[in-house]
Amino acid sequence: MITAGVDIGSITAKAAVIVDGEVKGTRVDFTGYNAEQAGRRVLDELLKELGMDAQSIDRVVSTGYGRNSVKFADKAITEIICHGTGAHFLNPQVRSIIDVGGQDSKAMVVDSEGRVRDFAMNDKCAAGTGRFLEVMARALEVDLGDFGAKSLKSERPSKISSICTVFAESEVISLISKGEKRENIIAGIHDSVASRISALAKRIGVGEPLMMTGGVAKNMGVVKALENRLKMSIEVLESAQVNGAIGAAVMAARL
Amino acid sequence: MAGEAQEKEKRKMKSAKKMRDIMTNYYIEAKTAGETGKKVAWITSGGPVEPLIAMDVIPVYPENHGAMIGASKMGGELCERAEELGYSGDICSYARSDIGCSLVDGGPIGGLPKPDMLICCNNICGTVLKWYEVQARYYDIPLFIFDTPFCHTEYADEAKKYVRKQIDEYTGFLEGVCGKKFDHDRIKEVGRLSVEGQQLWQEVLDTAMNKPSPMTCFDAFFFLALIVTLRGTQETIDFYRDLLEEMRGRVAEGISAIPNERYRLLWDNLPIWYRIKWLSEKFASHDACLVADTYTSAWCGSLKYMDENNFLDSMAEGYTRIYLNIGVDEMIKIVLEMVDKYDVDGFVMHSNRSCKPYSLGQYDIQRAVQREKGIPSLIIESHMVDERSFSESQTETRIDAFMEMIRQKK
Ligand code: SF4
Repeated sequence: MITAGVDIGSITAKAAVIVDGEVKGTRVDFTGYNAEQAGRRVLDELLKELGMDAQSIDRVVSTGYGRNSVKFADKAITEIICHGTGAHFLNPQVRSIIDVGGQDSKAMVVDSEGRVRDFAMNDKCAAGTGRFLEVMARALEVDLGDFGAKSLKSERPSKISSICTVFAESEVISLISKGEKRENIIAGIHDSVASRISALAKRIGVGEPLMMTGGVAKNMGVVKALENRLKMSIEVLESAQVNGAIGAAVMAARL
Repeated sequence: MAGEAQEKEKRKMKSAKKMRDIMTNYYIEAKTAGETGKKVAWITSGGPVEPLIAMDVIPVYPENHGAMIGASKMGGELCERAEELGYSGDICSYARSDIGCSLVDGGPIGGLPKPDMLICCNNICGTVLKWYEVQARYYDIPLFIFDTPFCHTEYADEAKKYVRKQIDEYTGFLEGVCGKKFDHDRIKEVGRLSVEGQQLWQEVLDTAMNKPSPMTCFDAFFFLALIVTLRGTQETIDFYRDLLEEMRGRVAEGISAIPNERYRLLWDNLPIWYRIKWLSEKFASHDACLVADTYTSAWCGSLKYMDENNFLDSMAEGYTRIYLNIGVDEMIKIVLEMVDKYDVDGFVMHSNRSCKPYSLGQYDIQRAVQREKGIPSLIIESHMVDERSFSESQTETRIDAFMEMIRQKK
C-alpha cells in the first residue's frame, strides 16, 4: 500500500510518502498564503523526486493547522494524533513526545500502541513556539539556523523574564544595546522557550523515552535547555520536522 | 434534504418558544417598572432572591443580561467601553460589559432598567463587590451586601450565626427601601415555590442520564434563565413541569439531542456564550453529546440544605454552600459524582479568564478526574462574553484531538 501524509503548519508544509510500511521520502516547503496549494505543491514535488505519480497513492491524510483546507486528502486528523503516531512508528519505545512548531507547542503521552493518552497545548500565545524564536532571530540579526550552535557556546545565558513575545523582544533589544554577547542572549531565549514548554510537559507528566519533534527540534539549543529543565534525555530524529507528515501517512494506511 | 429538515424539526425543543416569551415578558415588565410603580433590584446570580419576590420587587440579573450580550456577540464592544474608562481587560467580562452597557444603554435589549437598589451576594466571587459598589455610585442608590464566608469543607457555627443575622438585616433593608413591612407569610410561600422550582430543574437535568440524552448542556444553558431570574414564582414551576414532560416524552420516543450520540461528555465552567452554536455543532459532528455541566446544576446544588418549612434559616446555609463558595476538594467530589451519574466518557473544561473562582483549581480537578475515573479531559481557554479572546482554529484543533483521543480509547 502507498500512502501519503501532508502536514500544513503555519510556516512550513511537509509531505511524506510511505510504501508498504517504509518511509520512501519526505519534503518541506514554505506554506505561504494558500494552504491548499501548499499541500498540493509539496506532495507533487515529493512525488516528482521519488519518480512516482499521484495516481499511485492509495490514500492521503492531512494534518496541521491547514488540515481542513487540503481538499484532496481522504481524511484530516489533528497533528496531536499524527505526531504521536509518527513518533511511535519511528520508535515504538517512545512514551512521550514534545512537538514544537511555528505557532504552537504541545506535549503528548502515548501508550504502547502509540495511542495518545493525554496532551496539553500552549495557550493562546506565541511564547514557547517557533514564532517566538523567529522574532528574536530578527531582532538579533542572526540566522535562525545558527541559533542552536551559537547558544551552545554561551558561558552565561542571559535572563529573559518576560513571556510575552513583544516584551521579550524589547528585553532582547536592551540586552543588545548593553553589549551583551549574542550567544548569551540566544541561550537565554532558548531557556525562556524551554521553561514554557517544560511547564506544559510536566502538567501531563511526560516521561522517558521522550522524543522531540517539529521544526524547533532542529535547534539543539532548545533541546539542551529542555533537557536541563526536565532532567530527562530527549531523542531527536533526523526526521523531526516531518514527523507529523509521517504520522499522517501511517494513519492513512490504517483508514 | 427534506428528511434532514424533518429530522431537525423533530429534535427541536418545543418549550424554547414558551421560554423566550416568558423572558420577553419578564424584561418588558422590568423595563416598564417605572410606569407600574414597581421597584427594581439588581441582584447577583447566586444572591438570595426570594425576599425580593416576597416584597414584589422585580429582580434583574446583570449576569443574565451579560449572557444575552455575549450570545448576541456584543460583548467585545461593550467591554471596550468599560476599558476606555480604565477598567482592566482582566476583569470579569460580565462586569465589564455591564458597566459598559450602563453608559450607553446598548446591548440586545437597550440596557437594563434603572435599579432602585442593588443586592450583592459574594458567594460567587469577590468581583461582584466592587462591581456593585461602582454601580451603586453610578446610579446613586442603596446597596445591600450579603456576605457569605467561604466554606472550605464545612459550615461552621460562627458562619451560621453570621449569615443568619444578615437575613434579618436584608429584610430590614428591604422594608426601608420599599417603605412597607416584610411579609413573613408570603416568604414561606415564595420559599416553597423556590424549592419546588429547584427540584424540578434538577429533574430536568437528570433526564440527561438517559442514553441517548434528550438534551445537551447547551440546551441547559438556555433553559437555565428561568431558575436564575424567576425562581420563587409559580410561572417557573409551570414552565419546568412542561419542560420535564417534554424531556420525558423525548426519552420515551427515543428523540436524542444530537443525531448520533456515541460519546457522552461533561462540561465545566460557564458557557462561551458567543460560541454556543459553533461548539454544539462541533461536538455533534464528532457524535459527542455534552450531557451535563457543573454550571447549570449550581442552581439546584444547594437543595440538600434547603428546607421549605424553615426557609429563611435554611436559605442562609443553602446560599453559602453553593458550588463557587466551597473548597476545591468539595468541588472534586461533586464533579466525580457527576462523572458517574451521567456516565461520561470525557471532561471538557472551559478555563474562563473572566471567572477566576470558577477557573482556579481546574487543573487539580482535572487531575483528580483523570486519576479517579481514568477519562480524558480537555481545557479550552477563553472568556465567556468577550469574543475578542477566542481563537477558533486553536480551539478546533484541541477539540478534534480530544475527540480522536476518546475514539482511540473506546
Ligand atoms: S467573576 Fe465569575 S462569579 Fe463573579 S461575576 Fe464574573 S462570572 Fe460571575
